[in-house]
Amino acid sequence: MTERFIAFEGVRKSYDGKSYVVRGLDLDVAKGEFLTLLGPSGSGKTTTLMMLAGFEIPTHGSITLAGQRIERVPPHRRNIGVVFQNYALFPHMTVGENLAFPLKMRRLPKAEVTERVRHALDMVRMASFESRRPAQMSGGQQQRIALARALVFEPQLVLMDEPLGALDKQLREHMQLEIKHLHDRLGINVVYVTHDQSEALTMSDRVGVFNDGTLQQIATPHDLYEAPDNPFVATFIGENNAIAGEVMELSGGTCRIRASDGSLIAARAGVGLKIGAKTTLVLRPERITLAAAASGPNRFRAHVHELIYHGDHLRLRVSVCGCDDVRIKVPAGSVETPKPGTDIDIGWAEGDCRALALS
Amino acid sequence: MAMVLSDETVKTAIDTAALTRRLRLLRRRSQVKALLLVAPLMIFLVSVFVLPIGVLLTRSIDNSDVSRALPTTAAALATWNGRDVPGEPLFAALAADLKASSREDVAEVAKRLNNYESGIRSSLLKTARNIRNAQAPFQAAFIDVDARWANPERWSVFKQAMPKMTDFYLLAALDLQRSEMGQITGVTPKNAVHLDVLLRTFAVSLSVTILCVLTGYPLAALMARSKGWVANALLILVLLPFWTSLLVRTSAWVVLLQSRGVVNSGLIWLGLIDAAQPLDLIYNRIGVLIAMTHILLPFMVLPIYSVMKSIPPVYLRAASSLGAPPFSTFWRVYLPMSMPGVSAGGLLVFILALGYYITPALVGGPRDQMVSYFIAYYANQVTNWGMAAALSAILLVAVLILYAIYNRLIGIDRLRIG
Ligand SMILES: Nc1ncnc2c1ncn2[C@@H]1O[C@H](COP(=O)(O)OP(=O)(O)OP(=O)(O)O)[C@@H](O)[C@H]1O
Ligand SMILES: [Mg+2]
Repeated sequence: MTERFIAFEGVRKSYDGKSYVVRGLDLDVAKGEFLTLLGPSGSGKTTTLMMLAGFEIPTHGSITLAGQRIERVPPHRRNIGVVFQNYALFPHMTVGENLAFPLKMRRLPKAEVTERVRHALDMVRMASFESRRPAQMSGGQQQRIALARALVFEPQLVLMDEPLGALDKQLREHMQLEIKHLHDRLGINVVYVTHDQSEALTMSDRVGVFNDGTLQQIATPHDLYEAPDNPFVATFIGENNAIAGEVMELSGGTCRIRASDGSLIAARAGVGLKIGAKTTLVLRPERITLAAAASGPNRFRAHVHELIYHGDHLRLRVSVCGCDDVRIKVPAGSVETPKPGTDIDIGWAEGDCRALALS
Repeated sequence: MAMVLSDETVKTAIDTAALTRRLRLLRRRSQVKALLLVAPLMIFLVSVFVLPIGVLLTRSIDNSDVSRALPTTAAALATWNGRDVPGEPLFAALAADLKASSREDVAEVAKRLNNYESGIRSSLLKTARNIRNAQAPFQAAFIDVDARWANPERWSVFKQAMPKMTDFYLLAALDLQRSEMGQITGVTPKNAVHLDVLLRTFAVSLSVTILCVLTGYPLAALMARSKGWVANALLILVLLPFWTSLLVRTSAWVVLLQSRGVVNSGLIWLGLIDAAQPLDLIYNRIGVLIAMTHILLPFMVLPIYSVMKSIPPVYLRAASSLGAPPFSTFWRVYLPMSMPGVSAGGLLVFILALGYYITPALVGGPRDQMVSYFIAYYANQVTNWGMAAALSAILLVAVLILYAIYNRLIGIDRLRIG
């Protein structure tokens, strides 16, 4: 992390005076970073974003932007671009007028306004739409105009609250790339809120996972996927098998876990793990291998319950290590297809499963 | 490949035509259903509203009374050259008509003719009385009763009054008249009252509309912003006037505004004005404006409120995130977005105000009466249906013109009442 650009320190927010919607948020964002806030509905993502934009005031704690405390600065003086979920383009103005609005508010000379509006429209490849009204455009086009409007006054920070939520899958993927490219090109900071984890993983420098008003983990997409800090993150990001057990041995980065049926599993140890404590072992379905390929310490006999064909891969649901809902993902045609109701040998590498402390 | 392609095209073309027909059929069907649903109301409206008003409005150009009562005279006048004293046949024809008509018909004719030349009424009534028993030659008999029958001008009045339709009342409603030569000229300043009344009606309505916007907009904004019981209480307060009769509300203003009324007493008690010189708040323009603004305010507040309610607050957030301070957010975003409500309320209040009658009659002075007062005066007090209908017609046309201008400027489809 080069330079601290945004900092939340001990931020808490309550709407009703009874319960906290955001409880104790500490968060540092580096200059130029693309940060995504991910989490289930109602976990406080929008509230966090709105505190940054200035529409909500934190109940406790401080927010610093580029070295200055901003909790009391009104939104119109923060110079932060915001893209709202339903775009919020002004319906009574044309596209051009929408884009000129923030520039006029900053009293820029007319010629410069025209120039910047044209530039912003070119940037989102919508130059021919200048005199249209928002109602005369498709969702994706409105989306781009909203993006251009949030960027036209050259803020250092742009906030986006589920900006692609209303688009279909194909357009969404296309816009994800465009936003990503714009970010790379302009070198601005983006704080992005989404429900969609694949969106979060593909676009971001770092992802912050929220649950119930707390930041569960903030890390790069790779670390989040490969090294989740706790069972919530592990199961929220991608698919994960969770096997309950107890820590028997702990040495350095590795440990041995006894599952409920008594089998011993070798795994990597997550932070805060203690001998004798209960733990959840997380293991990605695609990391489990069948029979022949399986070698090393973790080899078990599994009972196949179900087999589902997915075209390019197969999914198995098996019982193993006392857990009867372990899923396995195998590429189609790589092995002989097991039959439901039979027993098979499976295994996985020690490094592919992690024992996480229960919080 | 080319063959297949063109086949495909032909097939789609045929299908499109069939599809269009089918769509039109379906649309027609739903239109018929809709018509059937509104039919009872349509029949009711046409029979009790459109027809009577239409019939009334025709009275503004109807002039068949004279020609119906004097059919032979009408025929004889057609051959008169209009310059010389007419010969015996015309006098005989008028005598025959007067003999054949009832006293009431003659009175009606006399009243009509009097519109063209004052004084003709008594002369004609007197002549009719005397001529009933007279014998030919009638020319001498007529001139014997009143020498003015020898004037060609007297007969040109008859000629003017003969057509079945007249623009007399419509012109009179605009303080215009036709000279003997048939040119349109202004009436004498003494008789010119109608234009003044029409202008006054528009001025009062416009002032009331502006006052309603100025007081109603902030109120609607407050209502749209408040939540829970406050919003309910405000809504009830706005609707409260609808629960009492118009007459009661107007009379309440008399109590409040008269020289010994609540407002003046309060101001005197506060020492703001001298007890000997209370403010003139009633029986003048001020009283009319205050009372009408109060009565019409709900019609302004409700459309504005309903439009404001439908403005998502995210637009205001968007504006301030783009750097707009609170006033600019209001001026550049909130106001334009609430404008459809303002124009709907404005049109509603203005048109309602144009027809106001009771309120100006009760709290206004003689110089504050609006056109409805004069329509009622002509219809009820002097039974001049032609004048009453002409004033109504002028008012209606003025409203339609305003509506057209409004539609041009703002677009009626952009109106939002609720
Ligand atoms: N204006 C408000 N007044 C009271 N409670 C609120 C308000 N806004 C949000 N909340 C509550 O705060 C909690 C967090 O809301 P928030 O909008 O931050 O969630 P979110 O993570 O953005 O969810 P989603 O993904 O559904 O948008 C929710 O329980 C919500 O009910
Ligand atoms: Mg949200």
